[in-house]
Amino acid sequence: ITGRVLDDVGLPVPGTTIAVEGTSIAASTDGNGYYIIKNISNGTYNLKAQFIGFATQTLSVTVNNAATIVNFSLKQSATSLDEVVIVGYGTLRKTDVTGSISTVTTKDFNKGSVTNPEQLIAGKVAGVQVLSSGGAPGASTRILIRGGASLNASNDPLFVIDGVPVDNNGIAGLANPLSTINQQDIESITIQKDASAAAIYGNRASNGVVIITTKKGASGGNVKAEFNTLQSLSNKIGIVDVLNAQEYKYALGEYVKSGKGNPASLAYIGNANTNWQDAIYQQAFKTDNTVSFSGGVKWLPYRLSVGYLDEDGILKTSNFNRISGALNINPKFFNNHLSVNINIKGTLTKSRFANNGAIGAAIAFNPTQPVYAPNVYDASQPTSATNYHLGGYFEWVDPNGTPVLLATKNPLSMLLQEINTSKANRSLGNLQLDYKFHFLPELHANLNLGYDISESDGRDAFYPTLASVYATKGQLSYYWQDKKNKLMDFYLNYAKDLSAIQSHIDVTAGYSYQDWLRNTPGMVIKTNTNPDVVANPSKTQNTMISYFGRVNYSFKDRYALTATMRADGSSRFSKDNRWGYFPSAAFAWSVNKEAFLENSTTVSDLKLRLGYGKTGQQDIVSNDYPYLAKYNQSATGSLYPFGDTWYTMLRPDAYDENIKWEETSQYNIGLDYGFANNRIYGSIDYFIKKTNDLISVVAPPAGSNFKNLLTTNVGNIEAKGIEFNINVNALKTKNFNWSFNFNATHYDNKVTNLTLTGVDDPVGVPISTSFTGESLQYNTVGYAPFTYYVKKQLYGEDGKPLEGQYADLDGDGKGGGEGDFYHYKSYYPDVLLGFTNNLTFKKATLSFTLRSNLGGYNYNSIAAGTGNGSALAFANFLGNASGSIRDTRFLTNQQYSDIYVEKASFLRIDNANLVYNFGKVSNNLTLALQANVQNVFLISGYSGLDPEITNNGIDVNVYPRPRIYSVGVNVGF
Amino acid sequence: CTKDLDRKPFYDVTSASVYTDFKNYKSVLAKCYGALALTGQGSGDGNPDIGGVDVGYIRGWWQMQELTTDEAVIAWNDNYLLPLHQSDWTSQNLLIGAMYNRIMLQIMYSNEFLRNTTDEKLAANGITGADVETTHEFRAEARFLRAFAYWHGIDMYGKMPFITENDPVGAFFPKQGSRTELFNYIESELKAIENELPEPRTNEYPRVDRAAAWMLLAKLYLNAAVYTGTARYTDAITYCTKIINAGYSLEPTYQNLFLADNNLRTNEIIFTIPADAVNMKTYNGTTYLVHAPVGGNMDVKTFGIDGGWYGLRTTRPVVEQFAGTYTTDSRALFHSSGQNIDITTISNFADGYPITKWKNVTSTGAPGSDPAKVFVDTDFPMFRLSDAYLMYAEAVLRGGTGGSAAQAIEYVNLVRTRAFKGNTAGNITAGQLTLDFMIQERGREFMWEGQRRTDLIRFKKFSGSAYMWPWKGNVKEGKSFEEYRDVFPVPLSDLVANPNLTQNTGYN
Repeated sequence: ITGRVLDDVGLPVPGTTIAVEGTSIAASTDGNGYYIIKNISNGTYNLKAQFIGFATQTLSVTVNNAATIVNFSLKQSATSLDEVVIVGYGTLRKTDVTGSISTVTTKDFNKGSVTNPEQLIAGKVAGVQVLSSGGAPGASTRILIRGGASLNASNDPLFVIDGVPVDNNGIAGLANPLSTINQQDIESITIQKDASAAAIYGNRASNGVVIITTKKGASGGNVKAEFNTLQSLSNKIGIVDVLNAQEYKYALGEYVKSGKGNPASLAYIGNANTNWQDAIYQQAFKTDNTVSFSGGVKWLPYRLSVGYLDEDGILKTSNFNRISGALNINPKFFNNHLSVNINIKGTLTKSRFANNGAIGAAIAFNPTQPVYAPNVYDASQPTSATNYHLGGYFEWVDPNGTPVLLATKNPLSMLLQEINTSKANRSLGNLQLDYKFHFLPELHANLNLGYDISESDGRDAFYPTLASVYATKGQLSYYWQDKKNKLMDFYLNYAKDLSAIQSHIDVTAGYSYQDWLRNTPGMVIKTNTNPDVVANPSKTQNTMISYFGRVNYSFKDRYALTATMRADGSSRFSKDNRWGYFPSAAFAWSVNKEAFLENSTTVSDLKLRLGYGKTGQQDIVSNDYPYLAKYNQSATGSLYPFGDTWYTMLRPDAYDENIKWEETSQYNIGLDYGFANNRIYGSIDYFIKKTNDLISVVAPPAGSNFKNLLTTNVGNIEAKGIEFNINVNALKTKNFNWSFNFNATHYDNKVTNLTLTGVDDPVGVPISTSFTGESLQYNTVGYAPFTYYVKKQLYGEDGKPLEGQYADLDGDGKGGGEGDFYHYKSYYPDVLLGFTNNLTFKKATLSFTLRSNLGGYNYNSIAAGTGNGSALAFANFLGNASGSIRDTRFLTNQQYSDIYVEKASFLRIDNANLVYNFGKVSNNLTLALQANVQNVFLISGYSGLDPEITNNGIDVNVYPRPRIYSVGVNVGF
Repeated sequence: CTKDLDRKPFYDVTSASVYTDFKNYKSVLAKCYGALALTGQGSGDGNPDIGGVDVGYIRGWWQMQELTTDEAVIAWNDNYLLPLHQSDWTSQNLLIGAMYNRIMLQIMYSNEFLRNTTDEKLAANGITGADVETTHEFRAEARFLRAFAYWHGIDMYGKMPFITENDPVGAFFPKQGSRTELFNYIESELKAIENELPEPRTNEYPRVDRAAAWMLLAKLYLNAAVYTGTARYTDAITYCTKIINAGYSLEPTYQNLFLADNNLRTNEIIFTIPADAVNMKTYNGTTYLVHAPVGGNMDVKTFGIDGGWYGLRTTRPVVEQFAGTYTTDSRALFHSSGQNIDITTISNFADGYPITKWKNVTSTGAPGSDPAKVFVDTDFPMFRLSDAYLMYAEAVLRGGTGGSAAQAIEYVNLVRTRAFKGNTAGNITAGQLTLDFMIQERGREFMWEGQRRTDLIRFKKFSGSAYMWPWKGNVKEGKSFEEYRDVFPVPLSDLVANPNLTQNTGYN
């Protein structure tokens, strides 16, 4: 039996399970929606096609010694009884779902050049922000669900991959731990946004839960092979606006004329006209290939995939290389009573990290000087350098030929004379046994044993001719890390239709043990002149033991009630505070099934959801023992002498013996709707989130604890928001289809308390942003987290800013003093919008996603730091200024001016993708071609390079996101 | 398996176990000392003791004592440094906040050691015999260090949170000690340990002995009129005399006190904050003092460093204290070539003379031990014998009894003769020994040693209009500022965190 599965707009539905009812034979569709079931004996069968998000379709087929074609056309639906939704520890019938859950499957993933799983869903789900930290290969990405609930604890959601909650705390030598998952292996990503959905994960669920499910094998049928390849070229889109050589010379002249500049600096001007940013970037190539095999060897369904990815970055020398393998086998035994599911994923990654400091150096390097210095050393020419021992690069040198200590270093030299490489290997997997009791088939016992281990090591090598390590004649440092996480879950599930009372119940109860061990041997730094420096090693472990349960009851398939409870015991807290209890309850009413709507052709779905739950967050950044009074041992290089002996110092560290998880209460009211047989469907949700006992870093009273900033449970934060989501099958003709998804999110969050005394600090708690610890942002009661704290710029009648003149907010007669700072905006956007379009013409499909954030503000740190005269020239070297100097004409640094807090609203197309699906080109071969562009365009009034950054709004030296052109081929055998 | 929830650290020691092993005691004491010299537990200021702005104890204290006066301006535009020049600092100043926290941390470290080493605790931890005696010495040193920190506290902030080893650690609100209350506490503590500390010049380098306690008492008494309103000049003379008779002698070459091998100058230095380029890598203290004044056409090699930081210079009146003796007084350590003596722009390094007192070369001219020349070996001499001589003379001049004018002249001239390289040409007569001379002489002798603000206040030349220096009050020719600025404000962050605190008058 062979055929193809398409959705109601004619797009293939990969990953659909086609089961032959009454047998254990099943197959799943390939990337183009084709399936094949072989070696089936003659007879009449019912074929059932099932896929998340679609109504299950059952077709009858008669086989009689010949190939039989059965095509399915699945309807998107929210109403099917049999359809299941993945939830924590199991699945639920879609009708029984009461929480706010969004699922994105293979067919809706963002296509094109994708290295991290998070990128697959950018712009697709209301309330979910996918933030990229920049364009570096394998760069980290953050997911922020409903704005996050924490201040100082992690705001990352919990990631659960095939039932194993994974460690997302980073792996040394790897920019993003999730980049170890090959996106081709992912079948669906389910996001549990509200507390009633997430609470089953207890004290890790405050920031939502992301459940990643990978593809599985299917029994019956022959080996199916699929080959995907994508080749990409990346180019930089723009550069940070700085002065060119001609502008620079003019500006320096004006600066000297003003009396602020030193006339002597004019002598340092060179003859070159160098665009330093052009010098450090390149066109970069990426190749991403995956081969997968799936099928069933008799009773043994399997899927095996191998991937190879190699990605150069646009910043010269940066590279990410990944070999990944994934194996799934899922046999069933004892007449399908015992299901075994084994997943093993392994990844070998190699990275070369370019020194990102080169980005800042290229912005600040003087444009009148050349990249390379003449190959002579002439002491009478202090500004022509000594390429003799600096690798041939121009550097600012002292008259005696040594590099100027404080001078900006040559950015190209920083890239080519530093080799920072790492290897990180990771494997994660699990064995899941699900036993359906022989005497009571409604009862399942499920055992899940999982692991997640990684090993990494890295080396940073600096050439002796690199200016910054000229004094130590080179430097070599090594670092290592290994992590071992293990998991054991066991639960019982009982699900039964009680038709006598028109009810369905589904009860789950279980136990979970999870343990994390991190070992970081001390980093070693070697130089040619100094003794080795060995940092102290670190090794920490934490453990969680949990009990959880869920009851789901539905009546007449109309009213559904869910209650969950989780008890979490965490080793991070003292015996008295160890156990936390996280309940939730939710109710859903399928209004459309009431008599007055049952037969409506207009309203096909209408479901009201109400939910409440408590979740926690215990991910205390960088400390596994925050409640214990400890002494820290000082490292080499930080010793104290008594007589002739050097002693390590023992420091009592700050601690809070009563620290515990923070607690978020969340209320959610939602409405799912569908009209015209679900040609239009979607949902709308309103939520209130209140976090209490925030894990915050606050200033304890001086003299009460061993640090001026203490991690403790203080304060409350509150967020309110609304999410809207609509899917429209707008146009449907024989050859042409247009469907779109639009989603919008608005939320407001503010700190409502942040002191132990209850007396509000009018200024708040500073968030350090600069190396000396100066702060531009504060957490302050009454404001959004990370609100900027700056001075109010005054402007002249011509609209130009008046240098050094600020509003006198404290009324002391002097504007711009320490009392004249004010709270102004934050990086949190007011509105997030996503708009995904799918246009199909015959076999061609064009899809693209528009995304917009409105109302957030960035601090343009580059303009603030260098957009003034004092950045042009220093005592014995020259710099360069941000182009903002053309407008401001500032002579001296005005970094606290609110002029640099800029609106970061934008509209962009992340992704445009064109697929031409040839379908079956021969008996055993399917073919599809795709072309893709990433970062297609960006509209923004923001003066920096890209308004969308992860660094809490502080825009500094971000690795720019390139425009990526890709072509790909998908072949199925 | 719920016992798996009792996870313990693999490397860090828990407080419960530290004090059961006597060898840890010296390491805990090392932190009480070391937090003055280093900023954290890691090399190069890693793993810092405090969060937010932190430049270390010595550097922070030095900046607050010097940048607020005629002795120093800095070219850098760090947001917390500018108000120190501009005489308009507020309770939100991040350096003023950091220094306050550093002082309290010193007190907490000492308290923690004292709390855990009482005789009962020692017995409970099985510490016996000679170890108990040694612990008693350690305890006296910890009490000295606590008194030292409180002294800086009342000198700079007036009122401070008042905690002793009898207070808990954790969630509580320390009460505020008034300047007088804390003065009395410091005095009683120092008197209590005076005889528990080793005899002068008998303890191992760089641990304190009773001369350090005497010196601190002398400084406390000399400034008592400022701190409490009650003059104690007679007591100052008593303790200066004890120090002078303790066997110290002036180092013949003045500059040797500020070089990379100044750990050898124990003949004159009574209490030192050590530095070491290999084992104490920090940008605190002398690494800053050697690098920050280097720039322009100064030759970095003669300073034993990798490069200058183009920061610190001094103002005209400080140079003019040497009028007529600029070439003969060995303390006139200025770099004038390529520099303007007048300051038009504070941020321009070429305006003002850098002081070349602090260097990372030894007395024989060899560079310090760091091949990269990033960090320095130069210790910071906190208390010196010449200070005892000048304090004696000042206390006599101010009417203290128990000393004599003749002795005062003799002591001043010992300092002068050393300054003039053994030549008595610079010696003064009894008629020349006035308070105006004393503030100038202290300016010459202790230039850039962190004493200036305290001295100017004692001579009533800091706030107000009695003495003007360039850029005082943020105008080029100098402008008076309010007297309440003789103390710094209680940081706003602590006022909010602790309901027991009140702000210093003038800062509300």
